Amino acid sequence: MAPESWYLALSAVLFCIGVVGVIVRRNPLVIFMSIELMLNAANLAFVAFGHRLGTADGQAVVFFVMAVAAAEVAVGLAIIVAIFRLRRRLSVDDLSLMRW
Amino acid sequence: MGPVAFVLIAGVAVGSALGLVFKRNPIHGALFLVVNLGSVAALYLTLGAQFLAAAQVIVYAGAIMVLFVFAIMVLIPGKEETGPDPRRAYRVLALPVGAVLLALLVAVVAAGARGRAPAATAAPDGVEAIARLLFTDYLFPFELTSVLLLAAMVGVILLSRRREG
Repeated sequence: MAPESWYLALSAVLFCIGVVGVIVRRNPLVIFMSIELMLNAANLAFVAFGHRLGTADGQAVVFFVMAVAAAEVAVGLAIIVAIFRLRRRLSVDDLSLMRW
Repeated sequence: MGPVAFVLIAGVAVGSALGLVFKRNPIHGALFLVVNLGSVAALYLTLGAQFLAAAQVIVYAGAIMVLFVFAIMVLIPGKEETGPDPRRAYRVLALPVGAVLLALLVAVVAAGARGRAPAATAAPDGVEAIARLLFTDYLFPFELTSVLLLAAMVGVILLSRRREG
């Protein structure tokens, strides 16, 4: 059994890769997938903490995160498809209307 | 056996995450993300969270990724990132930002690992512990998720409907 701190370190690595993906990529779909990566890294940390503390509470939280992520993906993809219908292009650099 | 398995699975997870971020084709990225979610499910198994491992494969790697692949196919976005990058200077900054964030997080984890470790109690493994918790302590949030999913469903239908005239 690997110690829990290894799981936390892996979670940190995955989270940072997700952050870099959100900043680097221009395709909103890939940015979305990077956000899923970050959610997963946080989930892994929750499960590792729960395992360390000897309760299943961490797992319960992860269950709710999964439900929220499912709803978020459905709504987000619908918004992306709606934007694509409107503009026929798909790059976050074009969506600067609400920026200063 | 334990640490070796962890290192192998963690290698797969990190490699597939890097593939997601640095492959240009979004469909390749989606497949890399499926691999990543599967390896995280394997890590859940090593932590004794069997229910979450199954839910991860079914909900994430199954349902959510099908939705992603479907959206990628509908939008045909393969060409978007081939042109010259108009904001290259900002994007190059992403690597140091990520490195600093990683250093901070790993420092926190290392500090926590060095500190006094609480006596590890026997973790309640299996499906029974989380089921008991979900239907007692977390019953209200559990019911709320059904409302959330319903609201998301209605919202998606509204968003994706074509305007009539």
